[in-house]
Amino acid sequence: MSMTQSNGPFSFLYADKGGQIFLAILFGAAVLVPILNLVLPASSVFHMPTWVVSLLGKYLCFALLALSVDLIWGFCGILSLGHGAFFALGGYAMGMYLMRQIGDRGVYGNATLPDFMVFLNWKELPWYWHGFDNFAFAMVMVLLVPGLLGFVFGWLTFRSRVTGVYLSIISQAMTYALLLAFFRNDMGFGGNNGLTDFKDILGFDIQANGTRVSLFLASIVALASCYLICRYIVSSKLGRVLIGIRDAENRVRFLGYRVEHYKLFVFTLSSLMAGVAGALYVPQVGIINPSEFSPANSIEIVIWVAIGGRGSLYGAALGAILVNYGKTYFTGALPEAWLFVLGGLFVAVTLFLPKGIVGTVPSFKAMTRSRNSRSETAKTATGETDG
Amino acid sequence: MADLNMNPDAAPILYLDGVSVSFDGFKALNGLSFYVEPGEMRAIIGPNGAGKTTMMDVITGKTRPDEGQVMFRGITDLTRLDETAVACLGIGRKFQKPSVFENHTVYENLELALKADRRARKALFWRLSSAESDRINNVLETIALTVLRDHIAGSLAHGQKQWLEIGMLLMQEPDLLLVDEPVAGMTDAETEQTAALLRKISKTSSVVVVEHDMEFVRSLNTRVTVLNEGSVLAEGSLETLQQNQQVIDVYLGR
Amino acid sequence: MFEKLSGLLAAFACICVLSTSPVVAQDSKAVDLVQDLGSRSYSKIIKAVNGLAATGVNGVEGVLNAYLSRNLFVRKSDKRVVFAKKTDSQYRLFAPLTRQSLGTAKRSDLTKLRLNNRLRRTLRAALGGLTLRSSDPAQRIKAANVVFKAPKASQVSILKKVLAAEKDENVRPVIERSLAAAVLAHGATSKARAEAVIVLGTYSDPDVSARLKSLLIKDSAGRFAEKEPLVREAAQKALDEIAERVAIWDFIGKLFQGVSLGSVLLLAAIGLAITFGVMGVINMAHGEMVMIGAYTTFVIQEIIRTSAPAFFDVSVIIAIPMAFLVAGAFGVAIERGIIRYLYGRPLETLLATWGLSLILQQMVRTIFGPTNREVGNPSWMTGAIELDGGALLTYNRIWIIVFSVVVLVLLALVLKKTAFGLQMRAVTQNRRMASAMGIRTGWVDAMTFGLGSGVAGVAGVALSQIDNVSPNLGQAYIVDSFMVVVFGGVGNLLGTLFGALTLGVANKFLEAWSGAVLAKIFILVAVILFIQKRPSGIFALKGRAVDS
Repeated sequence: MSMTQSNGPFSFLYADKGGQIFLAILFGAAVLVPILNLVLPASSVFHMPTWVVSLLGKYLCFALLALSVDLIWGFCGILSLGHGAFFALGGYAMGMYLMRQIGDRGVYGNATLPDFMVFLNWKELPWYWHGFDNFAFAMVMVLLVPGLLGFVFGWLTFRSRVTGVYLSIISQAMTYALLLAFFRNDMGFGGNNGLTDFKDILGFDIQANGTRVSLFLASIVALASCYLICRYIVSSKLGRVLIGIRDAENRVRFLGYRVEHYKLFVFTLSSLMAGVAGALYVPQVGIINPSEFSPANSIEIVIWVAIGGRGSLYGAALGAILVNYGKTYFTGALPEAWLFVLGGLFVAVTLFLPKGIVGTVPSFKAMTRSRNSRSETAKTATGETDG
Repeated sequence: MADLNMNPDAAPILYLDGVSVSFDGFKALNGLSFYVEPGEMRAIIGPNGAGKTTMMDVITGKTRPDEGQVMFRGITDLTRLDETAVACLGIGRKFQKPSVFENHTVYENLELALKADRRARKALFWRLSSAESDRINNVLETIALTVLRDHIAGSLAHGQKQWLEIGMLLMQEPDLLLVDEPVAGMTDAETEQTAALLRKISKTSSVVVVEHDMEFVRSLNTRVTVLNEGSVLAEGSLETLQQNQQVIDVYLGR
Repeated sequence: MFEKLSGLLAAFACICVLSTSPVVAQDSKAVDLVQDLGSRSYSKIIKAVNGLAATGVNGVEGVLNAYLSRNLFVRKSDKRVVFAKKTDSQYRLFAPLTRQSLGTAKRSDLTKLRLNNRLRRTLRAALGGLTLRSSDPAQRIKAANVVFKAPKASQVSILKKVLAAEKDENVRPVIERSLAAAVLAHGATSKARAEAVIVLGTYSDPDVSARLKSLLIKDSAGRFAEKEPLVREAAQKALDEIAERVAIWDFIGKLFQGVSLGSVLLLAAIGLAITFGVMGVINMAHGEMVMIGAYTTFVIQEIIRTSAPAFFDVSVIIAIPMAFLVAGAFGVAIERGIIRYLYGRPLETLLATWGLSLILQQMVRTIFGPTNREVGNPSWMTGAIELDGGALLTYNRIWIIVFSVVVLVLLALVLKKTAFGLQMRAVTQNRRMASAMGIRTGWVDAMTFGLGSGVAGVAGVALSQIDNVSPNLGQAYIVDSFMVVVFGGVGNLLGTLFGALTLGVANKFLEAWSGAVLAKIFILVAVILFIQKRPSGIFALKGRAVDS
């Protein structure tokens, strides 16, 4: 899938037919959803209620999270079972900003302390809450905190060559440790209940239709930009090195590449993306609590990617949206059955669909591949195609 | 890497001095010492468990020896470096089992091996120059895979994978090439082609070949070192070794 | 009417039979002594009081108390000593020892027994020593503890006598302690009191510490509560010794808890050590095998409870092989149905078995409901040994430690000594060669996985004795089990044992210092950091074959 000979700023997208369709759908949604929600009157059959907008926004955040997992798992073979931690940390950073925006409108009417701190009889704001009333600061933290954790975790593990299932297990331990920590009231993040009862964001009422649509649009922009970044990376030489690491790590090392640097780069980037997804998720669902750290959540992300198609970026996003739609449907219609369905999906996909939905649509794949090789061959003028 | 060429001809390109490695009490290498001159091709033979692969591991930084030194060009101690650093010094290694990137095309495999800045940030914005493209095509020619350049490496035959791996080592432009059993599982014709390929490579760089196949070693027509129980048993041309009673006892005679 | 009469006759017959027994002889002696209380001579009365106290007969306490509260009288008509209770204008009379009714009398028919201060003291002292002589050891301990709380000078001599006569090894120390407390409070010489302090110093309970500490308290003027420097010195020394001893017992208590947690972790992880360590299969449904074992125990116990309650105590024993078989059967089914298609793809195996774990949890939730199920401890697993420092070694945890060692040893024997173990290791090391030599590799895989799952089921039996049996049981242990296996080193039972014990003990000692949740977080972080240093655990195999 080398696009090295093509020119132009988006040359890496030319051969990515699925990606083009994916971006087009995102663009379409960005145009259509605001119209359906804001322009059409509530009486219209085509009117989209605001809760649906938020639901779609939530799916987009999960799609972004899946994208971040696919970048490391699909392209570099790093199976993180703790990516929910980065998502949750980004979410908490955003949640802290939203808590500070409540001001004295809380139940206790305390202007300096969030409700749960008043409830715990705390007298002053802990040091790590300072600055979160500033949106820009909070946004820096949304990136910095998950990024830093990803960097430190990655630096420790990749440097000492912890790979495969070992890495999976300790990443799970990491998110489990954070889960336990955030459950503690003493941590100052609202304990069991987490952060909720948000009022407004950047001065806009968080419940208002306009705000909801804006958050939806922000999610689309984030997903599309992250898709482009990932797509650029995986089609660069760096991306080919990553795939090389996935398939034959030692070979890459003996070719003289610093495997740990490559892994660290892509892992940190992935944790940043997960953090952004979490930050967009929180204002749209209105709550962040420690359960987001639970190991089960993180494993679920992996199954979105596996269902959509590991190693296909838009496939991962698609998988996240499909599984979460299924979850919404089943938990409403047949709550008892959802875990059977989810569990069955894990088993069925690994046994029967190892390449996921996207990888299993063969005609599609073959089409992209032949395009690819044709364009390359034409440029290098060696004259042979693999027909 | 220019600074390492200060003293290019005087010192042996590779000098193992008293290298010992043990795994849970088992001595895989036991005071192993030998050297390879610049431009030399050296074949290494020995019975199973003689320490051939462990020796490769020590040279390439995969295994740290308990004691001893491995000097490259007389100035760099390889035992202090890891695989990446050793590779960057100009030492290429071919594994016993063919190790290529199965999901990349033949062309991409060579492109990844191409001598270039290995840092991640450079790789992100890297573009192939036409000179580099020519080099890849030259190597494709050398390893006779031009026709298959756009095939996925995973679809190649066993022998072709071995050649591709050797081709990747050539792309690295190494000064020293370590080749572990290159003809295992090859047909006679392929073995002959491989021997020719290695002879050709040895004109530009030093080569160390570990091999079991006596016919192949004979066709390389070069100096041979016999390893046994982790140290050197004998050294010389294959003809003289075949007369050596010790060598016959531990290896050839069986 | 006739019925009542015959009942009376029967009772009378009984009394006749009883009267020949030595107990009744004691009683008759006591009755005589009670009669002596009506004597005009104080010395005779005092003798009678002490004599009564020495008999240890039931009812003596009531007699002496009645004397103190001046409810004992002499009936003028027959000079008999009686217990009289005023009702309206009359007095109802009872025999002092048996409280048998003796009819009524007027005040004028009765003479109150004589009482002076000396007699009062004798009575009180006798009362204090009375229950110390009770035939029931529990009563004696109780009495001694009462004395310890507020010792009286008069009790010193009684305690000395009682102690000399005491044979019961469980009661002696309690009496000795009370004696020491009494001497400390009322001893004549500072030397005797200092010696008493030293005796007290051999006891570790908090009451003794408090008593000794109270000696060293300074009042506002800077004077010690205890004036004798000799006693203070002894007290300080005794306190130091107690602190040292308590620290040791505390350490032992924590060690026990740690080893107990370690044994639980070992049981939970040991099956994993087989499936992960030997086969390289990450079985995320391992925790659910544990859960299935626990539910098997629950079902068996329910069946026994309803159909054969007499066998309740052995229900856990029956559950062990059953849980092994049930969980093992699940294991074989999982291996044949799913895992065998995924060999060589550990990450996919991980995901598929995670899916299975969700299905199994939901299945159990559907069948047994989402709430906790009660599994009872058999009688031989209830109760505890109490340590000197107050720590409890409960029998169920002791049994689980024993059990985990047995399971470990059995498993090691299976792996090392049996033909199956040999085949298993052969398949692990070189599948194709093993197959070529006629080993049915598929069968060995299934059996190995079944063995690992069966052991997990057995762990479930043990866990049902100390933890809630709920659909989430397995989830609670899965992360910890993986930590143990990863920490100890894969494919090595010794490593698993070491990992489980280290994590268990470390957890309990940290817990005392930081609280349970933080301790767990510390352990997780420590293991994560540890893996950086030793990526394949403490007991990892070395060599070039390992990572090829």
